[in-house]
Amino acid sequence: MFRFIIRRLLFGILVLWLVTTTVFCLLHISPTPVEKMIAGPRASAATVALIRHNLGLDRPFLVQYWSFLKDTFTGDLGYSYVTQAKVSSIIADRLPATLWLVLGAAVLWFVGGITTGVLSATKARSLLDRTSTGFVLLGLSIPPFLMALLLPFLFIHEIGITWFQTGQYVSPFEDPTLFLQRMILPWLALAFLIVATYTRLTRGSMMDVLGEDYIRTARAKGLSERRVIYRHGLRAALTPIVTQFGVDIGALIGSTIVTEKVFGLQGIGQLVYNSIVKGDTPVILGVTLLTALFVVVANLIVDIGYSFLDPRVRVD
Amino acid sequence: MSLTELAADAVPADAEPSGRKIQGRSPFRLAMSRLMHDKMAVASIVVLVLIILFAIGAPLLASWTGHPYGAQYPDIARDSWGLPKGPSKQFWLGADPLGRDVLVRAAYGARISLFVGIAATVLATLIGVVIGVLAGYIGGAVDAILARFMDVVLSFPYLLVAIVIATTFRPHSTWLSLLLTITVIAIFSFAAMARIVRGQVISLKEKEFIEAARSLGAGRMRIMFVDILPNLVAPVTVLSSLLVPTSIVFEATLSFLGVGIQPPMPSWGSMLNDADYRSSLWLLFVPGGLLLLTTLAFNLLGDGIRDAFDPRSERLITRK
Repeated sequence: MFRFIIRRLLFGILVLWLVTTTVFCLLHISPTPVEKMIAGPRASAATVALIRHNLGLDRPFLVQYWSFLKDTFTGDLGYSYVTQAKVSSIIADRLPATLWLVLGAAVLWFVGGITTGVLSATKARSLLDRTSTGFVLLGLSIPPFLMALLLPFLFIHEIGITWFQTGQYVSPFEDPTLFLQRMILPWLALAFLIVATYTRLTRGSMMDVLGEDYIRTARAKGLSERRVIYRHGLRAALTPIVTQFGVDIGALIGSTIVTEKVFGLQGIGQLVYNSIVKGDTPVILGVTLLTALFVVVANLIVDIGYSFLDPRVRVD
Repeated sequence: MSLTELAADAVPADAEPSGRKIQGRSPFRLAMSRLMHDKMAVASIVVLVLIILFAIGAPLLASWTGHPYGAQYPDIARDSWGLPKGPSKQFWLGADPLGRDVLVRAAYGARISLFVGIAATVLATLIGVVIGVLAGYIGGAVDAILARFMDVVLSFPYLLVAIVIATTFRPHSTWLSLLLTITVIAIFSFAAMARIVRGQVISLKEKEFIEAARSLGAGRMRIMFVDILPNLVAPVTVLSSLLVPTSIVFEATLSFLGVGIQPPMPSWGSMLNDADYRSSLWLLFVPGGLLLLTTLAFNLLGDGIRDAFDPRSERLITRK
C-alpha cells in the first residue's frame, strides 16, 4: 500500500511538471509576443524592447524556464504582467467563486445522479426509468455553454422567476441570499450535464451488483429490501461512481471557464480565459498549475479511497 | 406485444422462405441489419441525413436567398432601433445583430460542425488505434511508456490547454483555424480510444489464432495489422461513433469562446456567442437547436451501433 501511494505520488508530480511545461513552451513560442500584447499596437519599438527587458523576456529560453521552475518550486508564482499584483493573491481572490460553483454543482449531481440511478435500477423499465434515461441522453448531448445560456433564459425570461439573478459572485458569508440567487442557476447548469453520466453509471453498476450472489444471500437472510439495496448493494456499486467523481471534480475546475463566462461569475475559469486573451503568462501558468494540482490530488484520493470503500479491492 | 409479433420474433430475422440458400453473413453485416431494425437509430440516421443535406445545400440556400454567409444587410435586416429583425419573407430565420442571414449562416455552420466532428474523430481514431495496438501488442517498456503517456494526456485540464494552444497559434485564416481546431480536438480525444484498444489487444494477443499466425511465420507487423486489427472493428466503431458528438460539442465550445473557427466563416458555436437572445429568440434557438439535434442524433445512433455490435450491452435508452 505504501509503495502504491509513493508510485501514484511520483506520477502526480510528473503530470504537474508535464502540464506546466507544455503550457510554458506553448506560451513561449506564441507568434504574438507577450510584450507586444501588453504594449498595444501603437507602441514604439523602444517601449516594446523596454517591456521585454523588464519582464526578463530577453533572457535565453532555458534561463527563463529554469527560473520559472525554481520560483514555482519555492511557491512563488510571480507577478501579473497586466496588473502587477501577486499571482497567488489574484488566484486566492478568485478561487472561492470557482470552489463554491464546483462544490454546489457536485452535491447536486452526486446526490441527484445516485438517487435517480438507484431508482432507475430498482424499477427498471418503469416510467421513471424511461424519463430519467431521456434526461441522461439530453445531458450527454447538450454543450455546456448552451445549457448555461438556456437556463437563465428559461427561468428568468420565460417563467419569470426574477428571484434568480445573474451577476458577479457574492460571498455567502456577506450576503447568503444574494449568493443563492446568483449561484443556483450556474449550479443547475453545471450539474445537469454531469448528472447524466452519474445516473447512467449508478444504474449500470447497481444492476450488476444486484445480480450478484451475496445480494441473494442478503435477501434470503430476510433483510428488508431497503437494507439490501442501500447497505449491501449501493456500497459495492459506489466504487466506480466514486472513481468517476474524483476524476470529474478535479477536471471540472478547468472546465468552469464556460459556465463562469456565461454567468459572469468571477472565478478562476474567467480569470484564466481573460489572461489567455491578454497574454498574462504568469497568471495563466499559475492557474494551470492549480488546475493540474486539483486533478492530481483528486485522482490520488480516489486511488487510495478505492481500497477503503470496496474491501474486495486489494492494492499491492 | 401481440401473439403474431411474438411468433414473428421467434423466427430468426435472417430465416428465408424455404427453398432459398442460406448464406453466411459477417458479424459486421449482422450488426448492420440489427441496426436497421432499431427505430431510434433509423430515426437518428434520417435526422442526420437531413442535416447533411442542409449542410451540402448551403451554397444553394445562399443563392436562392441572395445572401452570402458573410454579407451584411444593416439597413433591411435591422429595425429602426438597430436590432435584428426576426423571421420574414426575406430572412427566413431572421437576421443577426450585424444584419446577416441566420438561415444561410446556420447552413454553413452545419458544414463546420459535421466536418470538424467527423474529421477530428477519424484523426483521433487513427492515432488511438495505432498507439493502442502498439502498446498492447509489443508490451514491456513500450507499453509502459505509452500507457503512462495516455494517463498523462487524460489528466490534462483539456479545455484550458486547448484554449492556450488555439490562442498561441491563433490563425488568421478560416482554413487554418479549421485545421487547428480539428488537431486540438484529436489531441485530447485519442487517449481514450488508445486505452480501450490497448485493453482489447492485450486480451486478443493471447488467443490461439495469434499463436497460429506466429507459428506460420507471420511477422509482428502482419500480426498487429492483419490479424488483430480486424477484430477491433466493433469496439472502435462503437467508440468513434460516440466521439463524433463529443468533438462537435468541443468545436462549438471553442468557437463560442472565440478561439475555434475564425470569422468570417460561421460556426454554430460562434453564432451563439454573438446572440443577444433576450430580444431575438431565433439567435439562440436556430444554432442552439441545430447543435442539440445533431449531437442527440449522433448519440442515439452511437448507442444503436453499440447495441447492434453487442446486444447484451447497457443501453442509454431502455425499451420494452
